[in-house]
Amino acid sequence: MQDTLLDIRGLKTWFKTEDGMVRAVDGVDLRIDRGETVGVVGESGCGKTVTARSVLKLIDMPPGRFEAGQILWQGRDIIPLDQDEMNQIRAREIAIIFQEPMTSLNPVYTVGDQIAEVIALHQKLSPRQAMAGAAEMLRLVNIPNPQKRVHDYPHQFSGGMRQRVMIAMALSCQPKLLIADEPTTALDVTIQAQILELMQEMKDKFGMSIMLITHAMGVVAETCQRVTVMYAGKVVEEAPVEALFGDPRHPYTQGLIRSIPRIDRAVSRQARLESIQGTVPSLLNPPAGCRFAARCKHAMDICTQGIPPLKEVAPGHRVACVL
Amino acid sequence: MNAPVTPTEDLLRVRDLRKRFAVKGGIFSRIVDQVHAVDGVSFEIGKGETLGLVGESGCGKSTTGRCILRLIEPSSGEVWFQGNDVTRMDGDALRSLRRDMQIIFQDPYASLNPRLKVGAIIGEALTIHKLAPTQKAMEDRVVQLLETVGLQPDHMHRFPHEFSGGQRQRIGIARALAVEPKLIVCDEPVSALDVSIQAQVINLLEDLQEEFGLTYLFIAHDLSVVEHISTRVAVMYLGRVVEIAPSRELYDNPLHPYTEALLSAVPIPDPTVKRKRIMLQGDVPNPIRPPSGCHFHTRCPIAKPDCAQRVPELRESKPGHWVSCHYRG
Amino acid sequence: MLSILVLGVLVGPYLWPVAINDIDFAAKLQGPSLAHPLGTDDLGQDLLARMMYGGKISLAVGFAAMLVALTVGVLIGSVAGMSSGWVDAALMWLTDLFLALPTLPLLLLVMYLFRDSVKKVLGVEGGAFVLIVIVIGGLRWMPVARLVRAQFLSLREKEFVEAARALGASKVRQVVQHILPNALGPVIVVGTIDVAAAIIFESTLSFLGLGFPSDVPTWGSMLRDAKDYLDIAAHWALFPGAAIFLTVLAINFVGDGLRDAFDPRRML
Repeated sequence: MQDTLLDIRGLKTWFKTEDGMVRAVDGVDLRIDRGETVGVVGESGCGKTVTARSVLKLIDMPPGRFEAGQILWQGRDIIPLDQDEMNQIRAREIAIIFQEPMTSLNPVYTVGDQIAEVIALHQKLSPRQAMAGAAEMLRLVNIPNPQKRVHDYPHQFSGGMRQRVMIAMALSCQPKLLIADEPTTALDVTIQAQILELMQEMKDKFGMSIMLITHAMGVVAETCQRVTVMYAGKVVEEAPVEALFGDPRHPYTQGLIRSIPRIDRAVSRQARLESIQGTVPSLLNPPAGCRFAARCKHAMDICTQGIPPLKEVAPGHRVACVL
Repeated sequence: MNAPVTPTEDLLRVRDLRKRFAVKGGIFSRIVDQVHAVDGVSFEIGKGETLGLVGESGCGKSTTGRCILRLIEPSSGEVWFQGNDVTRMDGDALRSLRRDMQIIFQDPYASLNPRLKVGAIIGEALTIHKLAPTQKAMEDRVVQLLETVGLQPDHMHRFPHEFSGGQRQRIGIARALAVEPKLIVCDEPVSALDVSIQAQVINLLEDLQEEFGLTYLFIAHDLSVVEHISTRVAVMYLGRVVEIAPSRELYDNPLHPYTEALLSAVPIPDPTVKRKRIMLQGDVPNPIRPPSGCHFHTRCPIAKPDCAQRVPELRESKPGHWVSCHYRG
Repeated sequence: MLSILVLGVLVGPYLWPVAINDIDFAAKLQGPSLAHPLGTDDLGQDLLARMMYGGKISLAVGFAAMLVALTVGVLIGSVAGMSSGWVDAALMWLTDLFLALPTLPLLLLVMYLFRDSVKKVLGVEGGAFVLIVIVIGGLRWMPVARLVRAQFLSLREKEFVEAARALGASKVRQVVQHILPNALGPVIVVGTIDVAAAIIFESTLSFLGLGFPSDVPTWGSMLRDAKDYLDIAAHWALFPGAAIFLTVLAINFVGDGLRDAFDPRRML
C-alpha cells in the first residue's frame, strides 16, 4: 500500500518585490511516500529551495505569500495552520538541513547544547539526560569521541563534521521527513560520499523519508528513488530514477543529463558537451506558455501559447511537454 | 630532480615549487606556525595542452596556479616559461609576462569590478599594455573580443551586475584574451555555474583553445569536468602532487590510493551503474601539521607502518604515468 | 531639505537685504513679526539676516572640514592599506594616537595658541575660518583612515583586483581604478556625518567664544549670545538651534542617499 506522507498540490509561493511579483514557485505538484527518497533537481532560481521551505513554512511573509495550492502533510493541509501548530510539526515531524552547516549552527553554543535543546523540545528530560542524548546522537552519526565533542563549539568541527552535527540535530526529534537542501554542495567529493552514505544509513535506521534538493544529477542518481525536475518555478518532469535517467522525456531534463561530463565513459574530449543555450527566464515576467520554450531545441509555435500540463507517459512518469 | 622530464615543446615547467604561509597568533601577531600550502610541486605543460589540476579544498591547487602567475610570491622553486624563470623576473620582464599568462577566476561575481562598465573591464589590458593606439581601435578590439566569447557588442556599455553568472564568466574570459596570452590558468572557472551553463563555458574554452592555440592549466575539484577538458591530469593532496597521467589513463587505471578513492567518490549520473565505493575515513588533515612521511598515510586503506616514515617520490610507473606511492605502480 | 537650507543661506541674503549689523535698539529682543520674521536680538539686529549669514559660514566650515578630514583620512588609510608591515603599523599607531587625544580640550588649546598669529596673516574672519577648518578636519580624519584601510585590506584580496594585477596593472592603477572607487561608498557616508559633526563642533567653539569673533554671526555664536536671554527671548536661541538640528539631520539623510546612489548595482 502506498502511504503518502507529503502531497503538495498546485503550490504557488510568490514574492512581492519592488519590481513586481516574483513567481518563485508557480504551481508545483510533489508527492513523497513513506520511506522514500525523492530528489528535487533544478538550477539556481528554479524554485526548489522555496518549495522546500514552503513545506516548513519557513518563508518570510511578507514579502512571500502562498498564492494558491495545498501542502498536505499526512492528509492535512498545513497552509492554514498557525505558528503553534506549525511548531509542533517542525519539532516532531519534519526536519531540515541546509547547504552551509557553519551558518546554520549557532557559533556561541556548544553543539551538545544545541542538540540537547532540540531533544528537550519534545521529550521531558533533565538537562543531564538531554546532554547524554546529544552525545548518543553524535555517536550515531559517526563522530569520533562523542562524549568529549558534545562540549565543542561549531567552529571546532570541519565542514563534513558540521554537516554530521546538523544531521544529528535534525534526527534527534526522530522526524518522519528529512528535507536536505543541497546538503553536500559545500563539501569535497570524498566528504560528500561520506555524508550521502550517512544519510542512507540513517534513513534505514529511522525509516524516514528524505526530500533531497540538489543541482547535482550524479547525487540524485545514486541516492533517490524518484526525481522531480523543476525549471523556472514549475515541475517539468517527474519519474522513477531509472526512467528519468534511462528515458528522459522533457528536453530540459535531456539537456541537463547530457551536459554533464561523465567520467565513467570513454567518450570525453572528442565529443563536445551538449549545452543548453541561453539563460533561465526571469520569474518576474515569465514567458507565456512553456517556460523552457525559448531555450528548447524542439520548440514549436504551440509551446509559446499554452502552458503544457503534466501528463503521464508511463506509470509514475509524468512530463510537462507537448511532445 | 625526481620530476617527469619531457624534452622540448614544454611551454611551462614547474620545479619543486613551494609556498609557505605564516600563521600569526597571539596578541603581538607573532609568527607561530607555517602552512605548507604548496610543498614541492613539479610538472610541465606542453604547448596547446590542457593540464588538469585536481584535489580537494586546501590541497594547494589554487595557490600553485597563483604562484605560477606570481600573483602570490612562491617561497622557493622554479617556474620556467618559454625558457625564462618566472620567479626571478621583475619590472619589465614581469610586465611582458603578464601578456603571455592570464587567469580566469572561479567567482564571476567577485572577479569583475562592479564600478566599471564591461568595455572598460575588457579594455583595461589594452590600456595597460598600450595595445590600442586610438579610442576607435580600442572599441573595435573590445567588440571583437565580446563577439569571440559569444556576447553582443552593445554589452560593453553595461555594468557587470546586469549579466548572469555565465555571461560574467564570458566577460572574464574576454578580459583574459585581450592580451593574446599563450597560457591561461583557469581557476575553477565553472564551479560557480549552473550545470547547463557549465557546459556552455567548457565548450567555449575548448573552442578558444583550438582557435588561438591556447594552453590551459585547468584547476578544479570536479573530476568529471577535469577529465573532459584535460589532456593530462595531476592530482594534488596536501600540497603535493600524488599522481600525474594522461587523462583517460588516470581515470581507467588510477594507481595512487587517493586518486582511486577520489574517483570512486564521484557520483555518476546513471542509476544503473553500480560501483564499489572506496570510502575514505576522516577529514583532510590540518596542513599546518601535515602527517609525516606520505601525507596520505592517515587515511590510506593500504598504508603500512613505513608510510609514516618515508616520503614517497614521484616516479614514472608507466610511460607518462607518474605516481608517488611506495606500494603502487 | 538640505538643498532648501543651502539655497536659503546662499540666495536668502539677496531676497532679504537687511544688514546683519543694522542696530535698532527700538526693536530689540522682539519676537517674530512681519518686519523681522525671526525676531531680533538684544541689539535689535535682524535674526533672519544673521541666520542666513551664519548658516553660510557654518555650512562652509562643515564642508571644508569634511574635505580636509576626507583627504587626510583617505590618503593615510590608502597608504596603510596598500603597504604592509611597518609602514602600515606606524600609520595605524599614529591614527590610534590621534584617536586617543581628548578632542575638545585640544581644540581649545590650539585655538588659544594660534588664533592671533593666524589672524595676522589671513585677517580676522579668514583666519578664524582656516584655523577652525584645519583644526576640526585635522581631528576627524582618523575614523576615515581606519575605514579606508579596512576597505583596502578586504578589497585588495578581491578577485577583480587580482585580475588587474594579472594584467600587469601598476599599484597606482590598481588603487585608482579598482580599489578606491569601491572603497568610497562607506567613506562618503562617514564624510557626510563628518560635515554634521564639524558644524556641531564649530557651534561648540563659537558657543565657547573661541570660534569666530562675535560680530560675525554663526549659528553657534548666536546661540551663545542668546543664552542669557532664554527666558525673555526664546526665539533667539530656538531658530539657530533648530537650524543646526535640521541641517545635521538632513546631511545624515543625504549620506544614506549618497551611498545608495553611488552603488552601480542600484542604478538600473
